[in-house]
Amino acid sequence: MNKRAFFIKMLASSLARRKSRMFSALCAIAIGGTVLLGMMSISYDIPRQMGREFRSYGANMVLVASGDKALLDIEDADRAVALIPPDALVGATPYRYEMVRVNMQGYTVAGTVFEGAKKTRPYWNVTGEWPQKDDDILIGSDIAEFTGLAPGDAIAITGRGTGGARFSRDMTVSGTVRSGGVEDEFIFMSLPVMEGMFGGTGGAEAVEVSIAGTEAELDAIASLIRQNVPEVSASLVRRVTQSEAAVLSKLQALVILVSLIVLVLTMICVATTMMTVVMERRREIGLKKAIGAENRSIAAEFLGEGVLLGGAGGILGAAFGFVFAHAVCVSVFGRGIIIDWRLLPLTVLVSIAVTVSACLWPVRRAVEVEPALVLRGE
Amino acid sequence: MNILELKDISMIYGQVRALSNVCLSVGQGEWLAIMGPSGSGKTTMMNIIGCMDKPSSGSVLLDGEELSKLTPSELTAIRRDKIGLIFQQFHLITYLTALENVMVAQYYHSMTDEKEALLALERVGLADRAKHLPSQLSGGEQQRVCIARALINYPRLILADEPTGNLDETNERIVLNILRGLHDAGTTIIVVTHDPEVAFEADRTVYLEHGRVADVVKKIEGTAAACASEAQDLVYAAKA
Repeated sequence: MNKRAFFIKMLASSLARRKSRMFSALCAIAIGGTVLLGMMSISYDIPRQMGREFRSYGANMVLVASGDKALLDIEDADRAVALIPPDALVGATPYRYEMVRVNMQGYTVAGTVFEGAKKTRPYWNVTGEWPQKDDDILIGSDIAEFTGLAPGDAIAITGRGTGGARFSRDMTVSGTVRSGGVEDEFIFMSLPVMEGMFGGTGGAEAVEVSIAGTEAELDAIASLIRQNVPEVSASLVRRVTQSEAAVLSKLQALVILVSLIVLVLTMICVATTMMTVVMERRREIGLKKAIGAENRSIAAEFLGEGVLLGGAGGILGAAFGFVFAHAVCVSVFGRGIIIDWRLLPLTVLVSIAVTVSACLWPVRRAVEVEPALVLRGE
Repeated sequence: MNILELKDISMIYGQVRALSNVCLSVGQGEWLAIMGPSGSGKTTMMNIIGCMDKPSSGSVLLDGEELSKLTPSELTAIRRDKIGLIFQQFHLITYLTALENVMVAQYYHSMTDEKEALLALERVGLADRAKHLPSQLSGGEQQRVCIARALINYPRLILADEPTGNLDETNERIVLNILRGLHDAGTTIIVVTHDPEVAFEADRTVYLEHGRVADVVKKIEGTAAACASEAQDLVYAAKA
C-alpha cells in the first residue's frame, strides 16, 4: 500500500467509522445538491418553458417593408419567416389597413389571416364566432357598443377601391373583439377579401410574428432576417420582449436566491457536523501530531474527507436534482425538463467546494489541537 | 555522550511552578526512569522532552539541538524523526487495524512500507494480529502495537509514559522484555512510571517531587532487588 492509497484508506475508514454523523452530513450535502441542480436546471430551462407561456402576450416581432415601400411583399415575408427555427415559431400573421365607412361613419379595417391571428393575438376575447366565410368580419367592441351591432348582424361596408372607384359590400358580423387595445376600434376581415375590395395582391403593411425565445435570441433572428432578406425590416416589439426579460430575470434571481440560501444552510449543517467530529477526534488529532503529523497533513485529512463527502453528496444530489426539476416542470409547466448534462459535474464541483469551505473552520480548530493532550490524558 | 540535556528547566503555569530549575542529562543508550507522585512534574517533563511543550526558562538539548530555538514545525520534525512515544492509554486509532496503526507513523515520517510494519509487529509478537482492530485486541496487545508504532521509524529516543500502567502482570513482563531488548540494542529509553518493577529495569531512576529532582538512584549490577526496594521506598515516602 503506497502513501496515497494509505491516505485514501485512512479517509474511507474514518468516514465509515462515523456512519451516523457522516450520513447526516451526506444528507445535508445531497439535499443542497438536489436543490442546486434542480434550481439550476429550472433556471436554465425557464426561458424555454416560459417562452411558450409568454406567447399569450402576442407577437414579439414585426416585419415591415424596408426603405420607402408602403407594402411588404408577402413572399419576402415568407422568406424571412422561413429563417426562424420552426420549433421557436409560434405564428406569423399579415396585416393590411384601409379606411371604410359604415353608416357614414369612418373606421379602420384590417385585412388579416384569421388562423394566424389566433396564434399571434391569443389575448383577443372574441364574442360570437371567428369568421368562417369570406363575408364574415370581426368588429371591435367599441364599434359594437357605438353602433349597437351584435354577432349575426349584417352591415354594409363602403369605400374606394382600385382607381378610386366606390364599392359597397354587405358583410356579416360573426363576432366582436375585445382586447383593451386599439383592436377594439377596428374592423377585421379576411386579407384576400380586402384585396378584392381595395385591389393589390400579395402585400401587407406589416407581418406580426410570435417567436418563443429570449430577447437576445430574437435580436439574433432579426439580424439574420435583415442580412438575408434585405427587403424586410425586422424589429422587436420591445414592450413585449422587455416585459418577458424582466419576468425571466426576476424568476432567475429568485431561483439563485433560493439556491444560495440552501447552499448556506448546507454549509452550516456540514460545518456543525465536522466541528463535532473534530471535537470527538481531538485525542486522535493530538496523537497524530505527537507522532509527527504536520498541520498540513491534519488539514489534508479533514479536507480530504470533505472532498469525499462533497463528491458523494454531489452525485446523489445531482441524481435527485434531475428528478426534482423534472417533477417541478411537469407540475408547473406541464412539460418535462430538458437536461443539460453539463450541470451534473458542475453540481458535484459546487457540492465539493461548499463542503470543503464548510470544513475550513473545523480544520482550523483541528490544527490548533496540542499534541501534549495525549500525554495529559484529556 | 549525552543524547538529552536539561539545563535549569522551569515550567510555570500561571501561579503554579510545574518544574523548578531541573537539570538532567541522559546518555546515549541509557534507560532512565522518572518517578514521583502525581503533580510532581513528570508529565510536564515528558512534554518538554517530547518536544510537545517549551519550558518557561532553561534550555533543552536533544541530540545536540537546542529545542527552545526551534519552530513548531521543526519540533514536529524532531518528534517524527528522533522520538518514539509509548502511552499508558495506548492511543491507537480505533478505525485502523494494528498493521495500519503502525503504518500511520511511517506515513507521517516518509513512506509507508507494509512489510516493514509487519516486521515491527513480529518483533512485539503480534504478526498474527496484524489485521485486527484495536477493539479486537487485549490491553497488552494494544500496548505492543503502540510499541511497534514507536519503533517503526528507528527513533533515537523512546519516551514511555506509564507503559505498563494499564496492564496485568503477564503483559507487563512482555512489555518490559520488549523494552529491555530495545535497550540492549542501544536505544535510549526514558520511562515515566509509578511502578518500582519498571523503575528497577532502568539504569537510573530520577525521583521528582514538587517539580524538583528529589533524588537519583543508580542501578548497581547484582543489587537489583535493593534498587527496586529503594525506588519503592521513595514512592512510599512521597505518598506519606
